[in-house]
Amino acid sequence: MMICPPHLREVNSIPRVMRLVCVALAPGIAVYTALIGPAILVQICLSSVAALCFEALMLKMRALPVRRFLGDHSALVTAWLIALTFPPLSPWWLTVTGVFFAIVVAKHLYGGLGQNPFNPAMIAFAVCIIAFPALMSQWPAQGLTLPFERQLEIVFGFVPRIDALTAATPLDAIKTALKTNALHTGNIQELLMSQNLYGTFAGRGWEWVTMTYLCGGAFLLAMGVITWHTPFAFVTSMAAIAALCWLIDPNRFSDPLFHLFSGGAMLGAFFIATDPVSGCSTPRGRLIFGCGAGILAYLIRVFGVFPDGIAFSVLIMNICAPLIDRYTQPTIFGRRGTESDTR
Amino acid sequence: MNKDAFKTIVADGLWRQNTGLVQILGLCPLLAISVNTINAVMLALATLIVMAMSNVAIALLRRLIPYEIRIPVFILIVANLVTVVDLLFNAWFNELYVILGIYIPLIVTNCIVLARVEAFASKHPPLAATLDGVFMGLGLLWTLALLGVLRELIGNGVLFSGIDMVIPGMEAMQIFPPDYPGFLLAALPPGAFIMLGCLIAGKNWLSERKKAKDRKAPLVLRGVPGENTVS
Repeated sequence: MMICPPHLREVNSIPRVMRLVCVALAPGIAVYTALIGPAILVQICLSSVAALCFEALMLKMRALPVRRFLGDHSALVTAWLIALTFPPLSPWWLTVTGVFFAIVVAKHLYGGLGQNPFNPAMIAFAVCIIAFPALMSQWPAQGLTLPFERQLEIVFGFVPRIDALTAATPLDAIKTALKTNALHTGNIQELLMSQNLYGTFAGRGWEWVTMTYLCGGAFLLAMGVITWHTPFAFVTSMAAIAALCWLIDPNRFSDPLFHLFSGGAMLGAFFIATDPVSGCSTPRGRLIFGCGAGILAYLIRVFGVFPDGIAFSVLIMNICAPLIDRYTQPTIFGRRGTESDTR
Repeated sequence: MNKDAFKTIVADGLWRQNTGLVQILGLCPLLAISVNTINAVMLALATLIVMAMSNVAIALLRRLIPYEIRIPVFILIVANLVTVVDLLFNAWFNELYVILGIYIPLIVTNCIVLARVEAFASKHPPLAATLDGVFMGLGLLWTLALLGVLRELIGNGVLFSGIDMVIPGMEAMQIFPPDYPGFLLAALPPGAFIMLGCLIAGKNWLSERKKAKDRKAPLVLRGVPGENTVS
């Protein structure tokens, strides 16, 4: 509430921000569809419908105006992020379970929009990868193009799931290589090439999806929906730690460019770590948040047991966000002295 | 002991002061062991026996224990009784004893036991103290059993796995169809926390609803001004 002049007009209403996020995700989804097939569109529709249903149900149970809060599109953004982070050929109930945990548990049980300490989409990912590790690791094999009906059959469980449909992602491949010490001959890049997983500069195919996420992120920056701090810190810190490991042993670790354009790094940097609710709110806090998330994501994806580290690193930084905010409050305008005096 | 005192002890133990849902005491065994129903029930039974016995022992000795050193004395008595239960479990349910492991000796440090001894048994006659131990233990038992049932059912789709360790010849029940994928999170420690949170929420909701219902009759005064106001 603005009570004293100068009266600044705030153009960023919640529905507008959420609509812009959806627009920014659109090119990424288009490339994804071209790469994998329409299954991802089915997943997006499925998760959107589920999210709106759960949201309406929870709003009704909490005696809040359903129409007004459904219209803010925040559930839709959560649903799209869930669909994009889950494997595209996941069974339908896996997606619905994820959406349930995101909307009901992570969002409404904590008090609804603006009150959730954790990113709902990442809670969905974390819950599902802990509960169903096998299903959540089934990424479709490279160059796999199934007809639309076949993909629908797999998603809705009319046919038994076949392992041959799935293959290791580039990140899985380098992790396995690191664990099993398969790299006494040759280096990581040759290994990926031998498995037909290496494209022009990162994982084959996925590099273009992540590239469009980067473009979408740039669009959000240009529209003033997000600030540069979190994505910048995320990308630089991840690149820095990847470069460090790469310089130490270029045979065992892949180069920074590969890491930035593999898995969910770009989606995480621009769409997930920038969540205004669960992230930091001060400029310096956002730098620390992005930095921590980037480093943790690298460590988890390279040395951890999970396929990618974005979800867990963002959740860990979400817990730290209130503390970071508390110690990075900027100096009040007009006040003398150092910033730490203002605490 | 009159009827009202008895009723209070029963209601406090089973519902109003339920150790798991209201006092939220002794969470360590509660969450670590409730992976399945049998483990949960058997550990709760062990705790119940210890609570009943330690309450009666301390109620009998309450005038002899010097106030200043009561805590070490309580702990000594409880530790003795836990050793008895530990040996009993080892003798009768050896397989289960191996699974429950450290959690049976750890009953000594369980704050429910010490809390009841300090708050109740040291101030009440033996009969009331015994009943308090038993009903507090039963309150813990049903909470743990429910938690165990939920975690086992959601986690694996079965009920009473490992029952043959307690009643030989019995078998676990497959509740959900065999192709149920299993919700691993429920069987892991975070699942226990989430499930306990849901149970506490459910208990609070029921209590609030009852309170609201009880209030309804004499609650004319709390109406909207202009309506129903008593002038």
